[in-house]
Amino acid sequence: MAEDVARADGTAEAFPFPERSRLLEGVRAYGLIMAMWVRSTMAYRASFAMTVFGDFAVTAFDFATILLMFSHVDALGGYSLPEIALLYGLSATAFGLCDLLLGSMDRVGRRVRDGTLDTLLVRPVPVLAQVAADRFALRRLGRITQGLLVLGYALVTLDIAWTPLKVLMLPMTLVSGAAIFGAVFVAGAAFQFVAQDASEVQNSFTYGGTTLLQYPPTIFAKDLVRGVTFVVPLAFVSWLPALYVLDREYPVDVPQWAAFLPPLVAVGCWVPASLAWRAGLRAYRSTGS
Amino acid sequence: MRLYAVVAAGGFRRYATYRTATAAGVFTNTVFGFIVAYTYTALWDERPQLGGYDTSQALTYVWLGQALLMACAMMGGGFEDELVERIRTGDIAVDLYRPVDLQLWWLAGDLGRAAFHLLGRGVVPMVLGALAFDLALPGSPWTWSAFLVSVFLGVVVGFAVRYLVALSAFWLMDGAGAMRIVSLAGLFFSGMLLPLNLFPGLLGEVARALPWSSLLQVPADVFLGKHTGWGLVKAYAFQGGWAVVLLLAGRMVQAAATRRVVVQGG
Repeated sequence: MAEDVARADGTAEAFPFPERSRLLEGVRAYGLIMAMWVRSTMAYRASFAMTVFGDFAVTAFDFATILLMFSHVDALGGYSLPEIALLYGLSATAFGLCDLLLGSMDRVGRRVRDGTLDTLLVRPVPVLAQVAADRFALRRLGRITQGLLVLGYALVTLDIAWTPLKVLMLPMTLVSGAAIFGAVFVAGAAFQFVAQDASEVQNSFTYGGTTLLQYPPTIFAKDLVRGVTFVVPLAFVSWLPALYVLDREYPVDVPQWAAFLPPLVAVGCWVPASLAWRAGLRAYRSTGS
Repeated sequence: MRLYAVVAAGGFRRYATYRTATAAGVFTNTVFGFIVAYTYTALWDERPQLGGYDTSQALTYVWLGQALLMACAMMGGGFEDELVERIRTGDIAVDLYRPVDLQLWWLAGDLGRAAFHLLGRGVVPMVLGALAFDLALPGSPWTWSAFLVSVFLGVVVGFAVRYLVALSAFWLMDGAGAMRIVSLAGLFFSGMLLPLNLFPGLLGEVARALPWSSLLQVPADVFLGKHTGWGLVKAYAFQGGWAVVLLLAGRMVQAAATRRVVVQGG
């Protein structure tokens, strides 16, 4: 992995290198495009600072809402504030990571509409990497920072009987959670080849998903909980592992070992998502403009 | 006057062409409506009558928020990106030459947009919310009309704030940062995340006095029958007062900006 990163930093030589795998090519291209966007953002520094603050604040408001709720109650759905902070911190950080890396994928629909996707197709670089790095927004670090702060608050205030397994659970959850959200982003982008201006549907699952996961599963209707466990497996982003750490029962019937499944679920989500992406790309017909 | 009516109709038609986007938006508003409705139910289960609302009024508030989110552009998303872009590219110079009032021109277009979003993205989530939850819908047609007047005033206040901030692009060149902060303030201080009645102490008093409370909190309270008689007049005066002050401030900034405008080449 270190090698990928080294090649991705934009210092490498001529392109393309046929012996390199598609994945490496993609990562390297991603890095180059990302660096370009970072440089361009930095041209307007005042604006950049404000947008970083904005991304920090927009998520901070989510947590502020929860704090305001807790100024009136001691528990929500049977969960205390630090417990909800753990759910919140895990889901917000995982989503923030994913949003930083893939958050611009909802622009695919626009590119299909205005025909600029064609430009990406003629370049000798994987299209997914180009789309993912399109308008790479470093400001999204604000979101991750906020998620980590709440997570830190939860870990400091919670009284958990830590075991090595529970400790390992946290980084595993963040990485797998980001990957699960990532699969949703890719699947959503694939859907935009069909419905070109329906990027908001994707928001329901990404932004909506992270909002849902910030609250304990006990407050939602059982059918909704089943839906996000078995149909769109967002529950594996934070609920199941966090409930294991908190020694809590999951409201619908799921064995406890399911808490260890997020990495497998992430892989399982990426298979259909990448197939959908390929199908979408193959089905793409240029507008010709 | 006729000209501005045409511009408003154009604004309406323009957004009406994005049918898939509207359907997708309705889907998103409905999904968020459900999520927030469950969190509110959990909150009101613990504290019935919180903020002076019973559970069904609180749930109505949730769905009103989803229905008005786009109409009042609480998170932005109206004309402002375009205006900022025109300032940045220098196209604004062309607009300044036109024999129309710049502010009224954009206001008319934004009113058309708001009217479309109220119908296109407001009605369906509200109906779906009413089917799934027990909502407190007003029985009297007077309350419904009083609500629509309040929404109109809210839209104008929302416009006036965003217009004022969009003009900052004359100085900042890239208005994205300023717009973002305004959209955040709109999200939080409109009461979209939580009714402003629930904000404690000084924060609550300040939040309720800021212009953004005109976007959701005031119309929602009119809808829920919290403002009647003189109370309704006072609510309108609050919204109308902010509208006038902010529109005038916009005019002044606009005058200052056009005096110093350096049109970017092109």
